[in-house]
Amino acid sequence: MTTTADVGIDDKLLQKRLDKAMFNRRLRAFMLVLPILLFLLVVFIIPIAYFLFQGIYDKTFSSIMPQTTEVLSEWDGASEPTEEMFAALVADMVVARENKTIGRVATRVNRDLPGSRSLFTSSARQAARLEPPFMESLPEVKDKWGEIEVWQAMKTASRKFTPGYYAAALDLKLQSDGSIVRQDEKRRIHLTLMVRTLQISFLVTVFCLLLGYPIAYLLATLPVKTSNLLLILVLLPFWTSILVRTTAWIAMLQSQGVVNDLLVFFGVTPDDARFSLIYNKIGTLIAMTHILLPFMILPLYSVMKGIPPSYVRAAKSLGATNWTAFWRVYAPQTVPGLGAGAILVFIVAIGYYITPALVGGQEGTMISNTIDGHMRQSLNWNLAAALAGVLMVVVLTLYWVYDKVVGIDNMKLG
Amino acid sequence: MALPAYAGWGERVWYYAFRFICFLIFVFLIAPILIVLPLSFNVEPYFSFTPGMLSFDPDAYSLRWYKDILTNGMANPEATTGWWADVWNNAQWVRSMRNSFFIGFFATLIATALGTMAAVGLSRAEMPFKKKIMAFLISPLIVPLVVTAAGSFRAFSELGLAYTHLGVILAHAVLGIPFVIITVTATLVGFDNSLVQASYSMGASPLRTFFRVQLPLILPGVISGALFAFVTSFDEVVVVIAMASVEQRTIPRQMFSGIREQISPTILAVATILVIISIALLTTLELIRRRGERLRGVTPA
Repeated sequence: MTTTADVGIDDKLLQKRLDKAMFNRRLRAFMLVLPILLFLLVVFIIPIAYFLFQGIYDKTFSSIMPQTTEVLSEWDGASEPTEEMFAALVADMVVARENKTIGRVATRVNRDLPGSRSLFTSSARQAARLEPPFMESLPEVKDKWGEIEVWQAMKTASRKFTPGYYAAALDLKLQSDGSIVRQDEKRRIHLTLMVRTLQISFLVTVFCLLLGYPIAYLLATLPVKTSNLLLILVLLPFWTSILVRTTAWIAMLQSQGVVNDLLVFFGVTPDDARFSLIYNKIGTLIAMTHILLPFMILPLYSVMKGIPPSYVRAAKSLGATNWTAFWRVYAPQTVPGLGAGAILVFIVAIGYYITPALVGGQEGTMISNTIDGHMRQSLNWNLAAALAGVLMVVVLTLYWVYDKVVGIDNMKLG
Repeated sequence: MALPAYAGWGERVWYYAFRFICFLIFVFLIAPILIVLPLSFNVEPYFSFTPGMLSFDPDAYSLRWYKDILTNGMANPEATTGWWADVWNNAQWVRSMRNSFFIGFFATLIATALGTMAAVGLSRAEMPFKKKIMAFLISPLIVPLVVTAAGSFRAFSELGLAYTHLGVILAHAVLGIPFVIITVTATLVGFDNSLVQASYSMGASPLRTFFRVQLPLILPGVISGALFAFVTSFDEVVVVIAMASVEQRTIPRQMFSGIREQISPTILAVATILVIISIALLTTLELIRRRGERLRGVTPA
C-alpha cells in the first residue's frame, strides 16, 4: 500500500536517478570524442596558437639587450639620449658580441629601420674597446648613433608584446611613441598581395561556377547509368594528386606545350609569338580552377539530384518558356548547392600554396606563398605569423558563414 | 532528359550546343591527366610532343624515364648482382615511394581509429555540444595548409619531432581526420540503433557490440574514410616541405623539387604511375559504395 507522500518521494528519487543515468550516457558519448579532441588540441590547436602568438610577441631584443631595454622603457622617445642609455647599450653590445647574438639584434632593429644592420654589427666589434663617456665615443665609431631615430627604432624593437607585425602585415608602421601610421608608398606590398589573393580566389570561384553548373546539371538530368559513368570523369581528377595535375598543366600550357602547339597548328598565332600561359596569373587561374572544380560540381550535383523534375514540367505546363522555367523555378532551388560549392572553393583557394608556387611565377603568387617566403627566406617568423593571423581571420569568418548557410554536418564528399 | 519529339528548332540547337559545351568542360577536366601518359614515353628530355611522336615513330618512344625512376640515385646501376637491393635501398624515387606509403599508412591508422570512435559518439542522440565539436573536428580541412605546416614545424621542433617520420605522421593524421569524420557520420545517419540495443539486451559488452554489430555495418563508410585519409597524406606536400628532411621525402615532395629544379620527363612517368594508382583507388571506392548500397538494400529499414 502506498500513500501519496510515498509516491512523491519516489518521484523525486526516480527523477534523480533518471538525471544521473542521462548524465552518465552523455558522459559515455563524450568519452568517445574525448581522445580525438585531446589529439587535435595537442597536435593541431596548440601548435597553431603557438605559431600565431609570435605575431604579437617578440622577445629577441629585450632578451639579448636587457639593460638597454630597461633604460629605453623610461625614455620618452623624444628627448636627447642620455649617457645612461649609451652606457647600457655598450654594455649589452659587449655581451651580445661574445654570445654571437648581436646579428639577431641587428636583424630585429633592421626591420623597423632599414639599413641599420651594419650599425650594430660593426659597432659591437669595437664596443669592448670604447671609453666613457660613451655619449661621445660611440658616435665616433658610427655617427648614426647620434641620430634619434636609431634610438626610437630600438625602443620600438624592445617591446615584447607588439602590434608592430600586424601593422606591417597591413602596410602600416608602428612608431616609437606607439602611434601607427601608413607605410611609405614603395614599401606597401601586403595589401596589394591580399587584394590579389582575394581577386584570384574570387575569379577561380566564378570560373568553377561557370564550368561546374552545366556539368552538375547534365549529371543530374541524365539517366543514372550514364551519369554515374560521366561522374567518373569528375572524380578521377579529384582523386589524382595535385602535383600530378599541376605538372600536367605545365606540359599543357608552356610555350612549347600542347595548347600553344594546337594554337599554332590552327593558325591562331604565329610560331614565333606563342602565348605565355604559365608562370603568371593566367597559369595560376587555369590550374587552380581545374583542381578546385570537383569541389564545386559535387555539392551542386547532390543538390540538383534532389530537385523533382515535375516542378519544371509544372511550370512549363502553366505556360512558362524554357528560359522562365529554368530561371524562376529550377535555378532558385539550386542555391543551397551553389552556396556550399562557392564558399568551399573560395575557402580552399584563399589559402592555396602549391599551385601558385609552381606555376604562378611572380605575379601569380598568393598570400600563402608570401607567408612561406617570410619563414624560409627572410626568416621573419613574426611577420609570417601576423600575415597568417590575418589569413586565419578571413578563413574562419568564411567557415562560420559556411556553417550558418550550409551547416557543417551537410558537408559531403563524392 | 531526352529531347522531346515536339521540340522546336531553337530547342534542338540549344540541346546540342549544351551537350557540346559540357563535352568541352569534360575535355578540360580530363585532357591534362591523359596528356601525361604519352608524354612520359618521350625519348627526348622534353615536356612536349616531338614530330616523331606525332607521326607515331616507334623510335620516338621509350621507357627510359621509367627506368630512371628505378635507377636515379642508385649506387651502381651497372651492377649485375644485387641490382634490386640497390634500387630498394638507394633509388630516390623508390625511397620516397616507401616513405609515402609508410607515412600514409600510419597517419591513416591514427585518423581512422580516432575518427571512427568520435563519429560513433557524435551519432548518439545524447551527445552534448554536437555541432560545435563537429565544426572543430572538420577545421583541419579549412585551415590553410601553410598555417598548419608552420604551426606543426614550430611546435614540433621544440619537442624534437621536426625532421622525423613521427612528426609527419602526426601532422598528416590531423589532416585526415575531417575526411573520416565526414564519411563515417554520413554512413551512421542511416544506422538502426535498435540493433545496438538488441545486442546489449542479449548481454554483449559495448566493445563486443561495436566490433560485432556496428562496425561490420558501417565498414563501407570507414573504409572510404580511410581511403580519403590515405590519399590526403599521400598527396600532401606543404607539411612535408616544412617538416621533413631528405630522409622523410615523399613522392609529392620529390615531384615538387623536381618541377622547381630539374624538370625532366621522369616526373611525367611518376605522374602516370600515380594516375594509375588513383584509378585503382577510385575503382575500390566505387565497389565499396555499390556493396554498401546492396547491403542497405537487404537491411530492413
